[in-house]
Amino acid sequence: MTTLLEIEGLQTQFFTSAGVVKAVDGISYTVDQGETVAVVGESGCGKSVSALSILRLVADPPGKVVGGKIKFQGRDLLQLSDREMRDVRGNDIAMVFQEPMTSLNPVLTIGMQITETLQHHLGMSDEEANARAVELLGKVGISEPQRRLAQYPHHLSGGMRQRVMIAIALACEPKLIIADEPTTALDVTIQAQILELMKNLTREFGVALIVITHNLGVVARYADRVNVMYAGKIIETGTAADVYHNPKHPYTLALLKSVPRLDLPRQAKLDPVEGQPPDLARLGPGCPFRPRCRHAVERCARENPPLEQVVPGHYSACWEKSNLTSAGKPIS
Amino acid sequence: MSEATAIRKSEATPTPQPGLQENLIEVRNLKMHFPVTEGIIIPKVVAHVKAVDGITFSIKKGETLGLVGESGCGKTTTGRCILQLEKPTAGDILYNGVNLNGLGNKEMSPYRQKIQVIFQDPYSSLNPRMKIREILSEPMRVHNIVPDSHARDKRVLELLNVVGLTPRFADRYPHEMSGGQRQRIGIARALAMNPEFIVCDEAVSALDVSIQAQVINLLEDLRDEFGLTYLFIAHDLSVVRHLCHRVAVMYLGKMVELADCDELFDNPMHPYTRALLDAVPIPDPTIESGRQHKIIKGEIPSPINPPSGCVFHPRCGLAVDGCSKAVPEFKELRPGHWVACTEV
Repeated sequence: MTTLLEIEGLQTQFFTSAGVVKAVDGISYTVDQGETVAVVGESGCGKSVSALSILRLVADPPGKVVGGKIKFQGRDLLQLSDREMRDVRGNDIAMVFQEPMTSLNPVLTIGMQITETLQHHLGMSDEEANARAVELLGKVGISEPQRRLAQYPHHLSGGMRQRVMIAIALACEPKLIIADEPTTALDVTIQAQILELMKNLTREFGVALIVITHNLGVVARYADRVNVMYAGKIIETGTAADVYHNPKHPYTLALLKSVPRLDLPRQAKLDPVEGQPPDLARLGPGCPFRPRCRHAVERCARENPPLEQVVPGHYSACWEKSNLTSAGKPIS
Repeated sequence: MSEATAIRKSEATPTPQPGLQENLIEVRNLKMHFPVTEGIIIPKVVAHVKAVDGITFSIKKGETLGLVGESGCGKTTTGRCILQLEKPTAGDILYNGVNLNGLGNKEMSPYRQKIQVIFQDPYSSLNPRMKIREILSEPMRVHNIVPDSHARDKRVLELLNVVGLTPRFADRYPHEMSGGQRQRIGIARALAMNPEFIVCDEAVSALDVSIQAQVINLLEDLRDEFGLTYLFIAHDLSVVRHLCHRVAVMYLGKMVELADCDELFDNPMHPYTRALLDAVPIPDPTIESGRQHKIIKGEIPSPINPPSGCVFHPRCGLAVDGCSKAVPEFKELRPGHWVACTEV
């Protein structure tokens, strides 16, 4: 496996009236060719901003990528000119957004939105682009593709629109697709259809996939590797099996324990993560998860733990990582 | 949180307490058809959206009934009809034996106190220009429950305490709070009226995973503490399984299955219920890699022109010729387990 994307110490900050918000605070990870990597975390943990930073889509101002490297096939995307970056977007790296309702242009037909990419990046003629668009819509499981080309987004259901988004993402045969909460707005049976589609297509075309989600079940079903984010940092990373069966960060452990599961006997009470996520503009020293952590020790208040290896391929940012068992501590 | 947690009763599974057998809510053959009009100056009714098309169920006192289904299946409309926020096209809604459909505004007023609602979106269901104190005291003032303004202030602080917030939140505006905190305010507002029955319409769906568990526990604690009855409308089956005593599954305005919670999840009978359960990913990669996924094809058809016969037949793996012709009867196949399918 060759490394496709290598992110090193990425830092993205927002300069707001309330202070500097460190939305992404020095994250590093790699994505191999054809691999599916999940980025998991809750609202405001920086998972979407980290994805937007890869494509340099963070609105500036107020946001700015202030540090780090994003190497895609050896080239640092942060050093490219705007023109070169435009060639990368859509062509090499494509994006599928969460809201199929708002991410398609409501006044353009489906056909125009797909062919635009093809004509811009691949210089296809109208006929070639149309033929390719029909083929793509067929691939993503849309019936009567020829007729759909003339339709507008409001003619389609949410699931159909997300299929169109995926068709647009696949149009130029990118090497990497970033999907930001691709199924969050969809119903559960449609979610299953879309995820299965993405899995099959990435396999068929050998496309690498970064899935950003808060749904732990989706990650378990589809991801090879998992990055768990909290307060702008990756706090645990490893293979899906390692992270789920042997979590080495109290936040991951608490998240896994807080969701009710259909495959286990009913619990009397859920075991929630107490408290609220921190305000990223006002982070003090020490571990940002400490106020909510049941395993915190004195050192956690002073020093923020670095991401360190537990076993090969499995990293955790916790001072207590070697003392952590999958059972965790009960509420004190 | 502390107050409610302290009072929490340790109940292993939410089984309804014996002796509480009387129905608090009875819904009989409820239909809600919304007209579709054409023409701007002289609107003409050209069709009807059959949002809810003849459903019957009851909720016992102290029970939590889960109502599940996908977008557009009519679960929210059912809740709104019970709340009398919609005037049903046909059918009866009995509350303690009184038919709410026949009541005028004035006669309905006492029932509006007893029946409360918690909405899905904590961002849009609180007035952004009101402080929390005003949001919580307004309903008590309107219904004249606590006429004295000092007593109302005191009650606001009590309510904040019950939902696990500190008194300082009384002087905040909704935008100064997180989603989970706002949803606690939504719950406190419902409790302000001393309700007996609360419709929870996707009350935890918009919340983050770690916050969701906190709010689910709070809803459970309050149910035990105040003897509340819930209609819990949700699309997340694992949450419904955790919280509910009985579960009803809706599809395209019809009820397709109704059973006790454990019975429904251990022994789902309707092909749609099975498909729903199969679609839920389980947060365990080993289990997931071993699971066989039978993904149902297609999407929910339009409720304006629903399929003939069984509304699920175009997407159903078990469908036979007869399914497109006759509407399947909603039958009790096992004690307390009702299914609308001829092929199970």
